[in-house]
Amino acid sequence: MVALSAVAWLTICSSSLRARDQPPAPQSAFRFDRINALVAMIVFGGAVLLYTRWAKQGKPLYIRKLAGLDAIEEAVGRATEMGKPVLFIPGIQELDEIETIAGVSILGRVARITAQYETPLIVPVRYPLVLAAGQEVVEQAYRKMGRIDSYDKDTVRYVAGDQMAFAATVNGMLMRDRPAANIYMGAFFAESLVIAETGNAAGSIQIAGTAQPEQLPFFIAACDYTLMGEELYAASAYLSHEPLLLGGLKGQDLFKVLLVIIIILGIILMLLGAAETYLSWFKIA
Amino acid sequence: MRTTVPLVIGFIAGVIMLLSFFFRTEGTLIGTASEELLIWSSIIAGFSFLLGAASIIRVNWRQISLRKPGWIYNLLTVIAVFAMMIPALTPKGWLPESLVSLAGRDTGSIYDWFFTYVATPMSQTMFAVLAFYIASAAYRAFRARSAEATLLLITAALVMLWRVPMGEAFLRTLNQHLPEWINTYVMSGINLSVQRGIVIGAALGAASFSLRILLGIERTYMGRG
Repeated sequence: MVALSAVAWLTICSSSLRARDQPPAPQSAFRFDRINALVAMIVFGGAVLLYTRWAKQGKPLYIRKLAGLDAIEEAVGRATEMGKPVLFIPGIQELDEIETIAGVSILGRVARITAQYETPLIVPVRYPLVLAAGQEVVEQAYRKMGRIDSYDKDTVRYVAGDQMAFAATVNGMLMRDRPAANIYMGAFFAESLVIAETGNAAGSIQIAGTAQPEQLPFFIAACDYTLMGEELYAASAYLSHEPLLLGGLKGQDLFKVLLVIIIILGIILMLLGAAETYLSWFKIA
Repeated sequence: MRTTVPLVIGFIAGVIMLLSFFFRTEGTLIGTASEELLIWSSIIAGFSFLLGAASIIRVNWRQISLRKPGWIYNLLTVIAVFAMMIPALTPKGWLPESLVSLAGRDTGSIYDWFFTYVATPMSQTMFAVLAFYIASAAYRAFRARSAEATLLLITAALVMLWRVPMGEAFLRTLNQHLPEWINTYVMSGINLSVQRGIVIGAALGAASFSLRILLGIERTYMGRG
């Protein structure tokens, strides 16, 4: 309802502004050529909200096990036993990337575990905005666990803005501090293997998660556990065990089933040679 | 208050950016608003580099003052930060005529010299080292320990051969069409379909995560929830 009101209001505002300041344009302010994307967004949003509502009502939701996330607590426990730190990298992209936000969310969960076990945590970052967000998230995690006295402001530290300078610094940390557990969650590029292989050589248990398909083989080869694509975005909900967040994951699954049906239907129509109109429905201008 | 205000700002900014996809941006309020937001985010990101500089100096200075092992490298890092920052930020008007060319970030400046002859070669060296890491990772991944690993080894060997001209020539001696079959069935078939599956899943995951953030359900990125 709020979204619909906003759309209506913005349509009126856009039209009135155009009428006042600009010569009349032949086209409508609303992009009707993108209506298919709007329909998909409404269906997707509806599915997510529906399951979130069900979760709020207490309906049981089954979420499959993610071994990589279950291993996080085990990895931190290992670090505690060995008296060594845990290293966490929330990717190497800026905070306006959704993968980085997912990484920072997971960092909050990991920081709670390290705060609970009083295990040192090292979080090197590549962008100052990620530094600010990471510091806030880690501080809140320590505060929530009642261990604010153990919180060190330099837990999250800015190391370098250049991609390979960042990789070199992290490699130095891996070889000098020899963390017992390395967790890489976020967007990674060419440096993924440089870092993960060094972590492997340092004998750390390694858990990685990224939505970059090109980097997945590298992480799979060098790490003990790897979260692939959507699992990265599901991680914070999975670790929180909060029904409200888990509801969003189920809504996403429902949309995925719809997509599979659409793809199968498309294949059948393609084989029958009658897919032209059908395919045009999914083209976005 | 510390949670509600960022959530409201995030919601408004998110809705504006979302709607800008569905409305024409030229000459419309939504277009102006979305452009303004993008400019603001660039300005904030620019200023935030002061935080980064403060962090890098504080962390390294602590190591130097405690004389921790390898503190000399921390000292070098701090010197490098200032060696690039001071000449780049020094106003040219403050310098005598003979030194003007050394300030700023133009060609021939101190900053440019460090960037071209120190930073770039070191960065390229790190990138080149990747080749050795690929070799060690490939060795571990391709060890034929099980039926699946053996299949991976054979497939990888065929793809690697197909990727180099000499290998392709060798494959053609076995079967004239073998390189085309690898391209069609392995790369454009199995590999591409799996990659697309992962990309579709990741896109839906990102959309769901964004929606949760927009609606304030997901607050873990602020340390709440």
